[in-house]
Amino acid sequence: METPIRQRMSGNEAVSEAIRQVNPDVMPAFPITPSTEIPQMVSTFIANGQVDTEFIPVESEHSAMSAAIGSEAAGARTMTATSSAGLALMWEELLLAASNRLPIALTLVNRTLSGPININCDHSDSMGARDTGWIQIYAENNQEVYDNYIQAFPIAEDKRVHLPIMICQDGFITSHAVENIQLLPDAPVKAFVGDYDPEEYLLNPGKPIAIGPYSISAYAMEAKKAQAVAMENAREVILEVAERFYQMSGRKYGFFESYRMEDAEYCMLLIGSAAGTAKEAVDELREQGFKVGVLKIRVFRPFPEKEIAEALKGCKAVAIMDRVESYNGCCGPLGSEVTAGLFRNKVMIETVCYTYGLAGRDFTTTHVKEIFGALKALVEEGKPIPHNQYIGLRTRS
Amino acid sequence: MSTSGNYRLKNMLKQPERLTPGHRMCAGCGATIAIRAVLRGLQPTDHAVIGNATGCLEVSSYMYPYTSWEDSYIHNAFENAGATLGGVETAYKALKKKGKLGPDENYKFITFGGDGGTYDIGLQSLSGAMERGHDMVYVCYDNGAYMNTGIQRSSATPMFADTTTTPVGTESDGKIQYRKDLAAIIAEHYVPYVAQSTLTRDFMDLHRKSEKAIYTEGAAFLNLCTPCPRGWRYEVSDVMEICRLAVETCYWPLFEVDHGKWILNYEPAKKLPIEDFLRPQGRFAHLFKPGNEHLIALFQEEVDKRWEDLLYRCNRE
Repeated sequence: METPIRQRMSGNEAVSEAIRQVNPDVMPAFPITPSTEIPQMVSTFIANGQVDTEFIPVESEHSAMSAAIGSEAAGARTMTATSSAGLALMWEELLLAASNRLPIALTLVNRTLSGPININCDHSDSMGARDTGWIQIYAENNQEVYDNYIQAFPIAEDKRVHLPIMICQDGFITSHAVENIQLLPDAPVKAFVGDYDPEEYLLNPGKPIAIGPYSISAYAMEAKKAQAVAMENAREVILEVAERFYQMSGRKYGFFESYRMEDAEYCMLLIGSAAGTAKEAVDELREQGFKVGVLKIRVFRPFPEKEIAEALKGCKAVAIMDRVESYNGCCGPLGSEVTAGLFRNKVMIETVCYTYGLAGRDFTTTHVKEIFGALKALVEEGKPIPHNQYIGLRTRS
Repeated sequence: MSTSGNYRLKNMLKQPERLTPGHRMCAGCGATIAIRAVLRGLQPTDHAVIGNATGCLEVSSYMYPYTSWEDSYIHNAFENAGATLGGVETAYKALKKKGKLGPDENYKFITFGGDGGTYDIGLQSLSGAMERGHDMVYVCYDNGAYMNTGIQRSSATPMFADTTTTPVGTESDGKIQYRKDLAAIIAEHYVPYVAQSTLTRDFMDLHRKSEKAIYTEGAAFLNLCTPCPRGWRYEVSDVMEICRLAVETCYWPLFEVDHGKWILNYEPAKKLPIEDFLRPQGRFAHLFKPGNEHLIALFQEEVDKRWEDLLYRCNRE
């Protein structure tokens, strides 16, 4: 195991440090709050000769992803960074990156989508892109962002996968807050990530290829199925890479983190930085003898449905927390997919879906305790509560 | 094969085709002829990566599992051929720098887009790629409408053309607006090379400009008038004649802007009236109905004005 380097830095600095260590070939990017610091820092690394990455200062995020597709298809390891409307403008190209099977790495700093325009965190950007064919991995804090980013390329570029990957962190909460972190030395990181060695690419003399065909109905469906199989394959690759990462760093990763779930009767299931808040509240409630735990999703695509159902089967009730509004009148994406997974795996526990933290709204330990109290009242006293509700509104309806 | 010195069309045509037969482009399509000519500008020893915006050319030349392209080829989407090929060109620089491509492996980068993908939806991506100065050539095959989706107007469609979104009717004379001058817009980016060309009898103008665009370092733009028999409604065998009339009426002047200097490449000995260009095309048939003479006069007025502007640009010191 490598000796860690102790540092203090923000999430944006942490991911930029990882980029410096990986030294990707090409980075097209366009500034947008709160991810702007990342292309700024990479540009500074380039200006100071710390990396030899080619930076493309594109005129929009659509062009950022378009250029990334061209570059990755040409045979160069390519990454970009964005947030919110930037990801929305990339939408069409996200689908093409995935369907062309290009292992581009995108570091996403989650920010709400307009409107109203707002620069703060929620997951509406990445959750809106959940069905674009990208692997999505989320972080709770700067350490996880750094660790996830280093694992991104070996996952995406694995020959069983060949899919683009989105490494997500919460805007401002993680991207700008300075925390302690343990970095890894450059050499083992470079060795861990290795060289990009695609089988087929545009700049391969004597072996030209054509990318992006028109495909008639007789062939197009098979292409989509092959892409779905690749996403399935990503499951085992994510775990293999996590195991390798553990050997190097001593830090363990899986599809999700189970916190005090061994004997938990009530669970809060969520994604991202709010997990820290939930864990804090769980510790306090455990002091009072309340058997509660947290399930923090790390890998949302591919979705670890069976594993989540297995982890929840001993619980009486789970609060499923979405930091995004789906406007479907039912619940957010996590709510939909977790409840469907529980049903399919015959884990018939109580589920309550909450929408929280939209556009940077604070989510506190008081909210967590209130939710656990409501779950307990539902199960033990039969006190009904709406199965889909907001928490933390100025006026509760 | 060089276009300089003793130019012979016969010699140029001896080069191996880089867009091979078997594609599904229409008979009498100007774009296919122009694109094959552009590719003759490549030295046979050089590799190329060809980019392509969504459009007729893309859906007809690379329909899975067949491709007509001898070189590496990438189609991404409709509006981003500039950015996509810019990414490929940057990857080339990165791989060269890191020694992953040998010093003798030369690649050139050419991307093709129709006028819809270039004048309209792809203008931002094109402008960005030109401004950043990628060492590439963007070739617009301008057939003056969204032909792939069924002849809808674009900002390259000439005034009064009958298209499916500017249909001629009791209350309509066809498209209301004049067309955008894209070559001038790109020239105003001060890129090293911009040229406008079309199919001429000996193809010297297009062959020479293609070679120059490909081998001028930095961003280059070619705007090519490429008639479409479906949209323009002419006899397929008349494609060369239509192009000749476009030039002789000064509807489509042949010029280049070489490192900021505007150069007129051809001045008709006797400028033909615009009717000669309009008459063989079904999309302008309504202009020749009695009572519509004033529309032709308006068209002529605009052609004259633009020709004068071009002469001014080319003659100033």
